[in-house]
Amino acid sequence: MDSQWRFYKPYVSPFDPCRPQTVKRYVVAPNQFLVFQPPNLPQFPPMKALRKGTLWPALFSPYDGQGEQRAGDSCE
Amino acid sequence: MWIYEKKLQYPVRVGKCDLKMAKFLMEQYGGADGELAAALRYLNQRYSIPDKVIGLLTDIGTEEFAHLEMIATMVYKLVKDATPEEMEAAGLGAHFANHDRALFYSNAAGVPWTAAYIQAKGDPIADLYEDIAAEEKARATYQWLIDMTDDVDLQDGLKFLREREIIHALRFREAVELIKEEQERKKVF
Repeated sequence: MDSQWRFYKPYVSPFDPCRPQTVKRYVVAPNQFLVFQPPNLPQFPPMKALRKGTLWPALFSPYDGQGEQRAGDSCE
Repeated sequence: MWIYEKKLQYPVRVGKCDLKMAKFLMEQYGGADGELAAALRYLNQRYSIPDKVIGLLTDIGTEEFAHLEMIATMVYKLVKDATPEEMEAAGLGAHFANHDRALFYSNAAGVPWTAAYIQAKGDPIADLYEDIAAEEKARATYQWLIDMTDDVDLQDGLKFLREREIIHALRFREAVELIKEEQERKKVF
C-alpha cells in the first residue's frame, strides 16, 4: 500500500537552540484525490467497515501517530 | 426532528487513567474545530443552501452530535473519579473551581465555546468551503490527540473519528461539485 505520508526537509540553522527535526511529515488522505467518489467501489465487509469508519478501502486512511520524529528520520 | 438511539456510534473504551488527556480531548468538545461547532454549523447552514445538499448537511450535522457524545464519554470516563488534587495536577484546577467534574463546552485551554467559531455566509460555495476546512482541521486535531496518548483503546476511538472527518470532507467536496451544475458536463455519477 502506498504511503499517505509526505516528507520535507526544513531549513536547519547552525544556531538552533534545540536538536532539530531534519525531516517533517504530514498526511495526505485519499479524499484529496477524489473530487467525486465513483460508484461501485469495492467495499469492506460490514463489520470491518464499522470498525474502520468507512465502507470503502479506497477512502481508508490509517494513522498510527507520528511516533518519535527526530533527526535522521528517513525521507523516502 | 430527531430520533435518538441510546448507544454510541462507535464503542468508547478508555484503558488508562490519564487525566491530562481529558483536558486535551476537550479541544474536540468545545473547541473551534470541535464536534459541537461542527454540528451547529452544518445544521444551521441547511436553511440557506440549495435543496440538493440540505440532506447532506442534516446527515453530517446529526453525525457530529454522535461524535460529540463519544468525546463526552471519553472525557467523563477520565474525569469522574478524580480528586480535586488530581484535577489541579492535570491542569484542570480552574475547571474544577467552576464546574466540579461536570463537562463544559470549552476548549483544551479552558476557553468557553463561542458562536464566533462558526459562520453562515448565505453563499453556498463559501459555506461549503468552510465546512471542508472545518473537517480537515478536525482531522488534524484528532491526529495530534492520537500522538499525545499511548492508550490504544482511546486511540482506537480517535482513529474512527478521524476517518469520519476524511469521509465528511469528501462529501462536502462532492456537494460543491453538485451545486456547480456545470452545463456541458455529461457526466453520470
